[in-house]
Amino acid sequence: MSQTVRAARPEPDPGAGPGRPPGGATTPAAGGSRFTDALHAEWTKLRTLPGTGWLLLGAIALTIAVSAAAVGAASCPNGGCQTDQAKLGLTGVQAGQAVVVIIAVLAISGEYSSGMIRVTLAAMPRRLTLLAAKATLVTGLVLAVSVVAVLGSVLLGQLILPGHGFVSGPGYPPLSVANGSVLRAACGSVLYLTLIALLSLGIATAVRESAVAIGLVLALLYVFPIVTSVMTNQHWQRHLEQIGPMTAGLDIQTTTNLTSLSLTPWQGLGVVAAWAAGALLLGALVLQFRDA
Amino acid sequence: MTTITPNRPPAPPGRDGFSQLLHAEWTKFRTVRGWIIGMIVAILVTAGIGIFAAAGGASQSCQAQGGSVSNGAACRGPALPLGPGGEPVTDNFYLVRQPLDGNGSITVRVTSLTSLLPPAGQGLGATPTVPGVVPWSKAGIIIGASLSSSRSPYAAMMVTGSNGVRMQWNYTGDTAGLPGAVSAVSPRWLRLTRDGDTITGYDSTDGASWTVLGTVRLPGLGATVQAGLFTASPQLAVKSVNIAGITQGGGGTTASTGVFDHLSRSGRWPASAWTGGYTEGDLAAEAQGIGGYRQVGDRITVTGQGDIAPAIPDQGQPGSAQSTVSIYLIGTFLALIAVAVVATMFMTAEYRRGLIRTTLAASPRRGRVLAAKALVVGAVAFVAGLLGAMCAEIFGIHLANSRGSQIFPEPWPTEVRIIIGTAAVVGVVAVLTLAVATVVRRSVAAVSIVFAAIVMPYFLAAVVTLPAGFADWLMRVTPAAAFAVQQATPQYPQVQAYYAPVSGFYPLAPWAGFAVLCAWTVLALAAAGYLLKRRDA
Repeated sequence: MSQTVRAARPEPDPGAGPGRPPGGATTPAAGGSRFTDALHAEWTKLRTLPGTGWLLLGAIALTIAVSAAAVGAASCPNGGCQTDQAKLGLTGVQAGQAVVVIIAVLAISGEYSSGMIRVTLAAMPRRLTLLAAKATLVTGLVLAVSVVAVLGSVLLGQLILPGHGFVSGPGYPPLSVANGSVLRAACGSVLYLTLIALLSLGIATAVRESAVAIGLVLALLYVFPIVTSVMTNQHWQRHLEQIGPMTAGLDIQTTTNLTSLSLTPWQGLGVVAAWAAGALLLGALVLQFRDA
Repeated sequence: MTTITPNRPPAPPGRDGFSQLLHAEWTKFRTVRGWIIGMIVAILVTAGIGIFAAAGGASQSCQAQGGSVSNGAACRGPALPLGPGGEPVTDNFYLVRQPLDGNGSITVRVTSLTSLLPPAGQGLGATPTVPGVVPWSKAGIIIGASLSSSRSPYAAMMVTGSNGVRMQWNYTGDTAGLPGAVSAVSPRWLRLTRDGDTITGYDSTDGASWTVLGTVRLPGLGATVQAGLFTASPQLAVKSVNIAGITQGGGGTTASTGVFDHLSRSGRWPASAWTGGYTEGDLAAEAQGIGGYRQVGDRITVTGQGDIAPAIPDQGQPGSAQSTVSIYLIGTFLALIAVAVVATMFMTAEYRRGLIRTTLAASPRRGRVLAAKALVVGAVAFVAGLLGAMCAEIFGIHLANSRGSQIFPEPWPTEVRIIIGTAAVVGVVAVLTLAVATVVRRSVAAVSIVFAAIVMPYFLAAVVTLPAGFADWLMRVTPAAAFAVQQATPQYPQVQAYYAPVSGFYPLAPWAGFAVLCAWTVLALAAAGYLLKRRDA
């Protein structure tokens, strides 16, 4: 019955939502499916959530606090110690990324837990546009947060480390963004945090249930460093480090002894990018073909 | 309209007992497929990661010893000797001895204890040539049942490198005596007397006024005991830790020399001469020409290395990939995440679906609802943790043994404590998560808080290797302190080692660490109970 009725109507514009009258393409101003509109809608939603601001601040605070603790507690009593100052100064990224994960997971699973997703999808039937808007927004926010967090960590380390007896030398660059490899470590850390956010967004889109999503992402991130820490078989250890998003991705922070890494720094970041792309692809497929 | 009289039997009496509540909560739990799957995942990750760690650890230790993986038994090193209490010990030191028949005593004056350290920048096996201080070098007198087997009981009085005079017995016993270093101007007098199975240790600065340091009963001493002078010089276990991991520095073989005089004995000493030698025959030490004794008049010089003390697992010496059974439980943190997710949803799903109103209508006493939920989720998580830990340990140890990995031996009560303790941690973390979820009522917040409270400190302390002070502090005050139940070997003050979370030593005693988690859980439950009562559902 309904099939015949639908067949009698003109084909709706692919960009028009089901709630709009046929021929909606003639009134684009009323549409909500363009990318910028989607972005604006997402921004409004995220901006008006009470927790977002606190989480963004929390990501910055935790990153800088753990970096400061690591730098402050590292000591070289006799002076003249050479260490990977960039890695030491950016320790906080390993903790701060957990907050970034929370921000990204909440961006999508908050909608599922409140049922908001049905409204969103009714207003924005192009689901991939929706996901792209969310991804863009998360990328922007996390980029901004990470720049502040990473820059704060580096500046703090730059201030504290020389006073603790750490020196620089050939192969051991000083912790300063003026140095090429330290700049790479800092920019890489920002990119790393952003990619982790996209990875989280992809998984949370696929999983929907917020508790499961957050558990899955955190487990995926931390399982590799924890298991490799007890793995005495260097062959296995190397492979685990190469495939783990966190172990491979944080290679970007290394500025000394690059040959001891299981991947080059940028290859490591590529591994995280692959994880993020895979997760987003999975999320997109699931979002596209599953009922909300 | 007339009233309709129901043609039904009277309603059964109200069922508001706690057991009905428990049954209701259990029914809720078991009928949600995802939660049961979550608990099964918790079991599988614990067991799976444990087996993975065992498989990954085994072949390496075998390769390090030049053996083949397929032939496990062939490349396993010699088993560690066990002390009278069943704990693994180091029992190889230089001893100069005679038998003592029946009761008697031995008295000696120690005028010097000096040590040599390996030159900086050389390997661990380098011959020690640089004068220095070994904190737990030992020179003194000893009485023991046989002194040839590590299982035989003993008691000893000794001066140490920088820990003063000590009386030690059966490896684990240790009492402090006169402080300060020994020298020719400030010598130390030591005396051991034997009366049946009882041995008493004395120390003195002048040989005239004596102080009793301790009296120990050593069952099984036998009629004839061995007694004599000894020197021990344990390996230096110095590790400097940086953020990238552990780097070994300044460790290695040491040698010490003790100088004795004024030796006097009472009782029946049937042998005519002293016999010197390493108790286990130390080929490496003798190859370096370390070890021996010389008697010139009244003066006896004893040089040796090795130790008579409890053994500490793998101190990062290359080639000895000896690990404790707790590394097979490295997957516990994943089980905690899985259990936290399930426990969170067990509470937040009630709010999400509005089921909480039905639940509270059926059982208006809200505190009991919380208690029933906590019991159900805690018990299920405990069982999941127990199954996971048992599988990880049993298969892990089996796999390691069959592939020739050295495992640090533990007495069975320790293994039981590690397994039960791990299960208890998983169970209590589920209850803690439930309480947190009741307070915050939002899934992401609850899981994140529990993650931040338990897994993050554990990760920062045990993996990132933050500086030791900060790591110790984290493992004292956060709920992650409960990981102490997985500590396999006690920390012995009389053994110098790198005691830090990263090498498997936690600042709190096993059950004390667990108590920290329980305290946090009680706090969270109290807050949850209060808010559940005060807030609208």
